Amino acid sequence: MKATNDLLAIDGGHANWVPLLEMAAREVFELMLGCQLSESPAVDESTLDVTAMVGLAGRMCGLLSVRCNGKAAALMASKMLGVPLGKVGSEVADAMGEVCNMIAGNFKNKVSGLAEGCMLSPPTVITGSNYSLHSLADSPAVEIRMMFEQLPLVISLQIHS
Amino acid sequence: MAIRALIVDDSSVMRKIVERSLRQAGINLSDVFQAGNGAEALGVLKASPVDLILCDINMPVMDGLEFIKQLPEVENAKGVPVVMITTEGSEAHVVQALSAGARGYIRKPFTPEQVKEHVVPVLAGKS
Repeated sequence: MKATNDLLAIDGGHANWVPLLEMAAREVFELMLGCQLSESPAVDESTLDVTAMVGLAGRMCGLLSVRCNGKAAALMASKMLGVPLGKVGSEVADAMGEVCNMIAGNFKNKVSGLAEGCMLSPPTVITGSNYSLHSLADSPAVEIRMMFEQLPLVISLQIHS
Repeated sequence: MAIRALIVDDSSVMRKIVERSLRQAGINLSDVFQAGNGAEALGVLKASPVDLILCDINMPVMDGLEFIKQLPEVENAKGVPVVMITTEGSEAHVVQALSAGARGYIRKPFTPEQVKEHVVPVLAGKS
Protein backbone atom coordinates (compact mmCIF):
# COMPACT_ATOMS: atom_id res chain seq x y z
CA MET A 1 0.00 0.00 0.00
CA LYS A 2 1.34 3.42 -0.95
CA ALA A 3 1.44 6.08 1.72
CA THR A 4 1.19 9.82 1.15
CA ASN A 5 4.93 10.24 0.69
CA ASP A 6 4.97 7.58 -2.05
CA LEU A 7 2.04 9.26 -3.77
CA LEU A 8 3.85 12.58 -3.62
CA ALA A 9 6.94 11.01 -5.15
CA ILE A 10 4.96 9.41 -7.98
CA ASP A 11 3.05 12.56 -8.79
CA GLY A 12 5.97 14.93 -8.34
CA GLY A 13 4.81 16.48 -5.06
CA HIS A 14 2.28 19.08 -4.07
CA ALA A 15 2.82 21.42 -7.00
CA ASN A 16 1.44 18.84 -9.41
CA TRP A 17 -1.68 18.49 -7.32
CA VAL A 18 -2.73 22.13 -7.77
CA PRO A 19 -4.04 21.67 -11.34
CA LEU A 20 -5.74 18.42 -10.32
CA LEU A 21 -7.50 20.14 -7.44
CA GLU A 22 -8.49 23.00 -9.73
CA MET A 23 -9.82 20.59 -12.37
CA ALA A 24 -11.74 18.66 -9.71
CA ALA A 25 -13.38 21.86 -8.47
CA ARG A 26 -14.14 23.19 -11.96
CA GLU A 27 -15.85 19.93 -12.94
CA VAL A 28 -18.04 19.93 -9.84
CA PHE A 29 -19.20 23.49 -10.48
CA GLU A 30 -19.74 22.93 -14.21
CA LEU A 31 -21.61 19.63 -13.92
CA MET A 32 -23.58 20.10 -10.70
CA LEU A 33 -24.12 23.88 -10.59
CA GLY A 34 -23.98 24.71 -14.30
CA CYS A 35 -21.42 27.50 -13.92
CA GLN A 36 -17.76 28.17 -14.59
CA LEU A 37 -15.23 29.09 -11.94
CA SER A 38 -12.87 31.88 -12.96
CA GLU A 39 -9.43 33.00 -11.86
CA SER A 40 -9.40 34.97 -8.65
CA PRO A 41 -7.66 38.21 -7.84
CA ALA A 42 -6.45 38.66 -4.26
CA VAL A 43 -9.04 37.46 -1.75
CA ASP A 44 -9.89 39.13 1.55
CA GLU A 45 -10.13 35.91 3.56
CA SER A 46 -11.75 37.65 6.53
CA THR A 47 -14.99 37.80 4.52
CA LEU A 48 -15.16 34.02 4.08
CA ASP A 49 -17.51 32.98 6.83
CA VAL A 50 -18.76 29.59 5.64
CA THR A 51 -16.34 26.65 5.76
CA ALA A 52 -17.09 23.12 4.59
CA MET A 53 -14.60 20.39 5.47
CA VAL A 54 -14.10 16.75 4.52
CA GLY A 55 -11.44 14.58 6.14
CA LEU A 56 -9.34 12.10 4.20
CA ALA A 57 -7.93 8.96 5.79
CA GLY A 58 -6.02 5.93 4.56
CA ARG A 59 -3.37 6.22 1.86
CA MET A 60 -3.57 9.96 2.31
CA CYS A 61 -4.56 11.66 5.54
CA GLY A 62 -5.64 15.25 5.50
CA LEU A 63 -8.44 17.74 5.30
CA LEU A 64 -10.06 19.38 2.28
CA SER A 65 -11.87 22.63 2.96
CA VAL A 66 -13.98 24.97 0.85
CA ARG A 67 -14.41 28.52 2.16
CA CYS A 68 -16.67 31.25 0.85
CA ASN A 69 -19.05 33.91 2.13
CA GLY A 70 -22.70 33.36 3.03
CA LYS A 71 -23.97 34.78 -0.25
CA ALA A 72 -21.82 32.39 -2.27
CA ALA A 73 -22.93 29.45 -0.12
CA ALA A 74 -26.60 30.35 -0.63
CA LEU A 75 -26.00 30.78 -4.37
CA MET A 76 -24.44 27.32 -4.53
CA ALA A 77 -27.51 25.81 -2.85
CA SER A 78 -29.78 27.79 -5.18
CA LYS A 79 -27.98 26.52 -8.28
CA MET A 80 -27.79 22.93 -7.06
CA LEU A 81 -31.49 22.83 -6.19
CA GLY A 82 -32.62 24.88 -9.19
CA VAL A 83 -34.59 27.30 -7.02
CA PRO A 84 -34.40 31.09 -6.73
CA LEU A 85 -31.86 32.47 -4.25
CA GLY A 86 -34.64 33.81 -2.01
CA LYS A 87 -36.18 30.35 -1.65
CA VAL A 88 -33.05 28.72 -0.23
CA GLY A 89 -33.18 27.99 3.48
CA SER A 90 -31.75 25.27 5.65
CA GLU A 91 -30.24 23.44 2.67
CA VAL A 92 -27.23 25.79 2.48
CA ALA A 93 -24.99 23.80 4.81
CA ASP A 94 -25.99 20.50 3.19
CA ALA A 95 -25.22 21.93 -0.27
CA MET A 96 -21.83 23.31 0.84
CA GLY A 97 -20.97 19.97 2.41
CA GLU A 98 -21.86 18.13 -0.78
CA VAL A 99 -19.78 20.50 -2.92
CA CYS A 100 -16.81 19.87 -0.63
CA ASN A 101 -17.44 16.12 -0.65
CA MET A 102 -17.64 15.98 -4.45
CA ILE A 103 -14.46 18.06 -4.88
CA ALA A 104 -12.62 15.76 -2.46
CA GLY A 105 -13.91 12.63 -4.20
CA ASN A 106 -13.23 13.97 -7.68
CA PHE A 107 -9.73 15.04 -6.64
CA LYS A 108 -8.78 11.67 -5.16
CA ASN A 109 -10.11 9.94 -8.28
CA LYS A 110 -7.64 12.00 -10.34
CA VAL A 111 -4.53 11.20 -8.28
CA SER A 112 -2.87 7.96 -9.29
CA GLY A 113 -3.19 5.40 -6.50
CA LEU A 114 -5.54 7.47 -4.35
CA ALA A 115 -8.99 6.44 -5.62
CA GLU A 116 -8.67 3.19 -3.71
CA GLY A 117 -7.74 3.10 -0.07
CA CYS A 118 -8.48 6.72 0.74
CA MET A 119 -11.73 7.26 2.57
CA LEU A 120 -13.70 10.47 2.97
CA SER A 121 -15.42 11.55 6.16
CA PRO A 122 -18.95 12.96 6.12
CA PRO A 123 -18.74 16.73 5.55
CA THR A 124 -18.75 19.26 8.38
CA VAL A 125 -19.81 22.86 7.84
CA ILE A 126 -18.86 25.81 10.06
CA THR A 127 -20.54 29.19 9.79
CA GLY A 128 -18.75 32.25 11.17
CA SER A 129 -15.18 33.38 10.69
CA ASN A 130 -13.95 33.86 14.25
CA TYR A 131 -12.16 30.55 14.65
CA SER A 132 -8.69 29.09 14.26
CA LEU A 133 -8.10 25.82 12.46
CA HIS A 134 -5.32 23.71 13.97
CA SER A 135 -4.54 20.96 11.50
CA LEU A 136 -2.08 18.12 12.02
CA ALA A 137 -0.86 18.77 8.48
CA ASP A 138 2.90 18.60 8.16
CA SER A 139 3.21 19.79 4.57
CA PRO A 140 2.32 23.11 2.98
CA ALA A 141 -1.34 23.20 1.93
CA VAL A 142 -2.37 22.75 -1.69
CA GLU A 143 -4.57 25.78 -2.17
CA ILE A 144 -6.51 27.36 -5.03
CA ARG A 145 -8.37 30.65 -5.11
CA MET A 146 -11.21 30.96 -7.57
CA MET A 147 -14.19 33.19 -8.27
CA PHE A 148 -17.70 31.75 -8.25
CA GLU A 149 -20.21 34.19 -9.80
CA GLN A 150 -17.83 37.06 -8.85
CA LEU A 151 -17.62 35.78 -5.29
CA PRO A 152 -14.35 34.46 -3.83
CA LEU A 153 -13.82 30.81 -3.07
CA VAL A 154 -10.77 29.25 -1.40
CA ILE A 155 -10.22 25.51 -1.66
CA SER A 156 -7.47 24.08 0.48
CA LEU A 157 -6.02 20.61 0.98
CA GLN A 158 -4.03 20.17 4.20
CA ILE A 159 -1.94 17.02 4.07
CA HIS A 160 -0.68 14.91 6.92
CA SER A 161 1.87 12.40 5.71
CA MET B 1 -44.92 4.02 -18.07
CA ALA B 2 -44.63 5.87 -14.76
CA ILE B 3 -42.19 4.39 -12.30
CA ARG B 4 -41.72 4.50 -8.54
CA ALA B 5 -38.19 5.42 -7.49
CA LEU B 6 -36.35 5.22 -4.18
CA ILE B 7 -33.43 7.64 -3.77
CA VAL B 8 -30.98 6.85 -0.95
CA ASP B 9 -28.42 9.49 0.02
CA ASP B 10 -27.48 11.13 3.31
CA SER B 11 -27.69 14.56 1.66
CA SER B 12 -31.21 15.88 1.11
CA VAL B 13 -29.83 18.30 -1.49
CA MET B 14 -28.33 15.39 -3.42
CA ARG B 15 -31.61 13.45 -3.24
CA LYS B 16 -33.39 16.44 -4.80
CA ILE B 17 -30.72 16.74 -7.51
CA VAL B 18 -31.04 13.05 -8.36
CA GLU B 19 -34.84 13.35 -8.57
CA ARG B 20 -34.54 16.41 -10.81
CA SER B 21 -31.98 14.63 -13.00
CA LEU B 22 -34.35 11.67 -13.44
CA ARG B 23 -37.13 14.01 -14.51
CA GLN B 24 -34.77 15.91 -16.84
CA ALA B 25 -33.75 12.56 -18.31
CA GLY B 26 -37.38 12.12 -19.36
CA ILE B 27 -38.15 9.40 -16.83
CA ASN B 28 -41.79 9.53 -15.81
CA LEU B 29 -41.93 9.29 -12.03
CA SER B 30 -45.22 8.46 -10.32
CA ASP B 31 -43.78 8.29 -6.79
CA VAL B 32 -40.40 9.25 -5.35
CA PHE B 33 -39.42 7.83 -1.97
CA GLN B 34 -36.36 9.07 -0.10
CA ALA B 35 -34.08 7.65 2.59
CA GLY B 36 -30.99 9.02 4.32
CA ASN B 37 -29.16 5.69 4.67
CA GLY B 38 -29.44 1.99 3.87
CA ALA B 39 -31.33 1.05 7.03
CA GLU B 40 -33.97 3.72 6.41
CA ALA B 41 -34.23 2.56 2.81
CA LEU B 42 -34.90 -1.05 3.88
CA GLY B 43 -37.73 0.30 6.04
CA VAL B 44 -39.18 2.26 3.13
CA LEU B 45 -39.03 -0.81 0.89
CA LYS B 46 -40.86 -2.99 3.39
CA ALA B 47 -43.81 -0.59 3.17
CA SER B 48 -43.63 0.55 -0.45
CA PRO B 49 -42.71 -1.39 -3.58
CA VAL B 50 -40.57 0.51 -6.09
CA ASP B 51 -39.33 0.00 -9.66
CA LEU B 52 -35.88 1.61 -9.37
CA ILE B 53 -33.40 2.37 -6.60
CA LEU B 54 -30.64 5.00 -6.81
CA CYS B 55 -28.19 4.72 -3.97
CA ASP B 56 -25.09 6.46 -2.60
CA ILE B 57 -22.27 4.36 -1.11
CA ASN B 58 -20.85 6.43 1.77
CA MET B 59 -23.65 6.92 4.28
CA PRO B 60 -23.93 6.68 8.06
CA VAL B 61 -25.71 3.81 9.85
CA MET B 62 -25.75 1.50 6.80
CA ASP B 63 -23.73 2.19 3.67
CA GLY B 64 -24.88 1.53 0.13
CA LEU B 65 -22.91 -1.68 -0.37
CA GLU B 66 -24.33 -3.26 2.78
CA PHE B 67 -27.80 -2.08 1.72
CA ILE B 68 -27.70 -3.81 -1.65
CA LYS B 69 -26.37 -6.99 -0.04
CA GLN B 70 -29.49 -7.05 2.16
CA LEU B 71 -31.96 -6.34 -0.65
CA PRO B 72 -32.58 -9.99 -1.63
CA GLU B 73 -34.14 -10.50 1.80
CA VAL B 74 -36.76 -7.80 1.16
CA GLU B 75 -39.80 -9.09 -0.72
CA ASN B 76 -40.59 -5.71 -2.34
CA ALA B 77 -37.02 -5.35 -3.61
CA LYS B 78 -36.69 -8.63 -5.51
CA GLY B 79 -35.63 -7.90 -9.10
CA VAL B 80 -35.62 -4.15 -8.56
CA PRO B 81 -32.61 -2.60 -10.36
CA VAL B 82 -30.16 -0.56 -8.29
CA VAL B 83 -27.92 2.17 -9.72
CA MET B 84 -25.17 3.51 -7.47
CA ILE B 85 -24.50 7.30 -7.48
CA THR B 86 -21.33 8.07 -5.54
CA THR B 87 -18.12 10.05 -5.24
CA GLU B 88 -16.21 6.76 -4.96
CA GLY B 89 -14.61 6.33 -8.37
CA SER B 90 -12.22 3.42 -8.03
CA GLU B 91 -12.55 0.28 -10.13
CA ALA B 92 -12.58 -1.71 -6.88
CA HIS B 93 -15.74 0.10 -5.75
CA VAL B 94 -17.40 -0.43 -9.15
CA VAL B 95 -16.57 -4.15 -9.07
CA GLN B 96 -17.76 -4.43 -5.44
CA ALA B 97 -21.04 -2.70 -6.26
CA LEU B 98 -21.73 -4.70 -9.40
CA SER B 99 -20.80 -7.96 -7.64
CA ALA B 100 -23.21 -7.09 -4.84
CA GLY B 101 -26.03 -6.69 -7.34
CA ALA B 102 -25.95 -3.09 -8.61
CA ARG B 103 -26.88 -2.74 -12.29
CA GLY B 104 -25.33 0.67 -12.89
CA TYR B 105 -22.71 3.00 -11.46
CA ILE B 106 -22.65 6.80 -11.79
CA ARG B 107 -19.79 8.89 -10.41
CA LYS B 108 -20.45 12.27 -8.79
CA PRO B 109 -20.26 14.90 -10.18
CA PHE B 110 -22.69 13.89 -12.93
CA THR B 111 -24.98 15.41 -15.55
CA PRO B 112 -28.65 14.56 -16.23
CA GLU B 113 -27.41 13.06 -19.53
CA GLN B 114 -25.20 10.62 -17.61
CA VAL B 115 -28.15 9.68 -15.42
CA LYS B 116 -30.21 9.01 -18.55
CA GLU B 117 -27.37 6.99 -20.12
CA HIS B 118 -27.15 4.69 -17.10
CA VAL B 119 -30.75 4.51 -15.93
CA VAL B 120 -32.73 4.13 -19.16
CA PRO B 121 -31.04 0.85 -20.23
CA VAL B 122 -31.42 -0.49 -16.69
CA LEU B 123 -35.16 0.25 -16.74
CA ALA B 124 -35.43 -1.33 -20.17
CA GLY B 125 -33.75 -4.44 -18.78
CA LYS B 126 -30.77 -4.09 -21.08
CA SER B 127 -28.10 -3.79 -18.43
